[in-house]
Amino acid sequence: MNQMSTARATEKNTQMVGERSTRISARKVNIYYSEKHAIKDLSIEIPDRSVSAFIGPSGCGKSTFLRAINRMNDTIDGCRVDGEVRLDDKNIYDKDVDVVQLRSHVGMVFQKPNPFPKSIFENVAYGPRIHGLAKNKTDLEEMVVASLKKAGLFEEVKDRLNSPGTGLSGGQQQRLCIARAIAVNPEVILMDEPCSALDPIATARIEELIDELRQNYCIIIVTHSMQQAARVSQLTAFFHLGTLVETGDTNTMFTNPQDKRTQDYITGRFG
Amino acid sequence: MIELSAKGSNGLLAKRYASETRFRAYGAIALALTTIFLGFLLYDIISKGWPAFFESHSSIEIKIDPEKVGASDIANSDFAAIIKQSVREQFPDIQSREDKKTLASFISQAAGDDLRNMVLAKPELIGQTVKADLLLSAEADLYYKGLIDTDDKPLLDKFKAKLPVSQSISWRFWTNGDSREPELAGLLGAIKGSLFTVGIAILIGLPLGVFAAIYLEQFARRNRWTDLIEVNINNLAAVPSIIFGLLGLAMFLNFFGLPRSAPVVGGLVLALLVLPTIIIASRAALRAVPPSIKEAALGVGASQQQAVFHHVLPLALPGILTGTILALARAFGETAPLLMIGMVAFIADVPQSPTDAATVLPVQIFLWSDLPELAFKSKTAAAIIILIGILMLANALAIYLRRKFERRW
Repeated sequence: MNQMSTARATEKNTQMVGERSTRISARKVNIYYSEKHAIKDLSIEIPDRSVSAFIGPSGCGKSTFLRAINRMNDTIDGCRVDGEVRLDDKNIYDKDVDVVQLRSHVGMVFQKPNPFPKSIFENVAYGPRIHGLAKNKTDLEEMVVASLKKAGLFEEVKDRLNSPGTGLSGGQQQRLCIARAIAVNPEVILMDEPCSALDPIATARIEELIDELRQNYCIIIVTHSMQQAARVSQLTAFFHLGTLVETGDTNTMFTNPQDKRTQDYITGRFG
Repeated sequence: MIELSAKGSNGLLAKRYASETRFRAYGAIALALTTIFLGFLLYDIISKGWPAFFESHSSIEIKIDPEKVGASDIANSDFAAIIKQSVREQFPDIQSREDKKTLASFISQAAGDDLRNMVLAKPELIGQTVKADLLLSAEADLYYKGLIDTDDKPLLDKFKAKLPVSQSISWRFWTNGDSREPELAGLLGAIKGSLFTVGIAILIGLPLGVFAAIYLEQFARRNRWTDLIEVNINNLAAVPSIIFGLLGLAMFLNFFGLPRSAPVVGGLVLALLVLPTIIIASRAALRAVPPSIKEAALGVGASQQQAVFHHVLPLALPGILTGTILALARAFGETAPLLMIGMVAFIADVPQSPTDAATVLPVQIFLWSDLPELAFKSKTAAAIIILIGILMLANALAIYLRRKFERRW
């Protein structure tokens, strides 16, 4: 039985590598918070149009690395990033890279739903507006509606686009945040434990949504739930103490991990 | 069966309850004492200040004699003498020079001016007999209000028996500047001076303070310099206000040569004084905005400035406004630094611009409280009522603005 699933997984893995091109590749990335060495010599390749999950115990650096991909760490005093992170072929830490431009290509969804204290419409419209993506008002309205539809929220909120986004339920707020992120047409969406503040039903809804979105986006999700990683991701990376221990096709990782530490974590022996 | 009543416990439970009761009693006592003190203070001030809002008048028939008032020369005619003459005629039995003088002193100097203005407005009154309204002097006013007892009692009683005395709201108190004559002294000069001064303090202090706070809180990297600045700002907030007055004297008056006693200098000094408070309050308000809001904005590609001005600042605004208004309320009541820059002078003119010499409400209170005339006692209390009223309005405005702009997230 076990062998069978491994065999299937291997098969799927080879398919994957064949189908999908690499979107993000990190080479020898080191991240420091002042003196603390948070990420050590990390190298990883992340495929396009798929979901990659970062798992690992708390404080292992998975969120730190995630935030390095759209340079959100720039705002943290004393944080330094060495090495290169390539989005397609461009190193995002090059001098000529503009973070504002970068973040319009690499969107982010946060752990706690954080809609702006404005209307639902304004929440989604904010990104296109500051980037000047809409030519006129109708254009903007279409973009907002399209984003809300993609985030699977439109049907629930279509009658109250002008009511505050903070009045929605937790799961709806998180989908609103996803709509806000995709409204600026990013290629990559980073999700930092997007379901940790949600109940199981809202979580299931978001997971479904992630699965749909993977058709068009490169999605990276940090999660504490191994079940979630197994459910939604195609590639899984296991982090431990600032190092990337193991990375591979999700099924392989969960059934036949190569590293002892991965195995211990997955089977619940620590973490 | 389990014993759940107090009997079941050892003595400890009773002790705990006793301690709690004691603590509540202390709280109630403290509250009661504060209420009593405050009530006494307000009662004392209001009861003393209330009469100052009214003035005493008398009216008398006066013939505007064309011989004494030339139609072409109304402005220079001696109306005070005409009034004096008419009043004396009413009391033919008063013969002694001393008494005549005292009788004349019951009428305020302003009565002559009032009559002149009346005739100036209507020159056809010359030659007619008019009913003139006489403002009474402070002594007579206080006596008729029942506030003092005086040696002139018999004369005052006689005066009242012959000429009706009435009381009305004293508009002069609101429209005049300071004066040596208590019945003429008003607060308009001090109120305008205060408005000019605090207005300039707002114009300079608010933008400087808020932008400094935004920069320090949202843009500046934490390093030795910003730490140093932060320590200094916190220290400045605790510097006694008179030091700021000295600074203003040395810098604005002596070095830059700005005019003495002018609200523009007072405003500059008060701006320096409230700057640390505004910065600290604004930083606290900015810090209270959840960082997730800023991250969300940065995450969709807003620049640092857009994130701050579109999202963080609007959310921090109620806090910033509250802190600022409270700081300005403090500035409004500030006296010491303004003494240092010469806003303590006797200034009778109502200031027309921030560069005119002026004084401010709290300094006016200080000046009046120092004067020997009894009438200024109630003027002082009345000025305190107005100052407290304005401060209460400022606080009410702060609460209103906070409620209005407050948004939940």
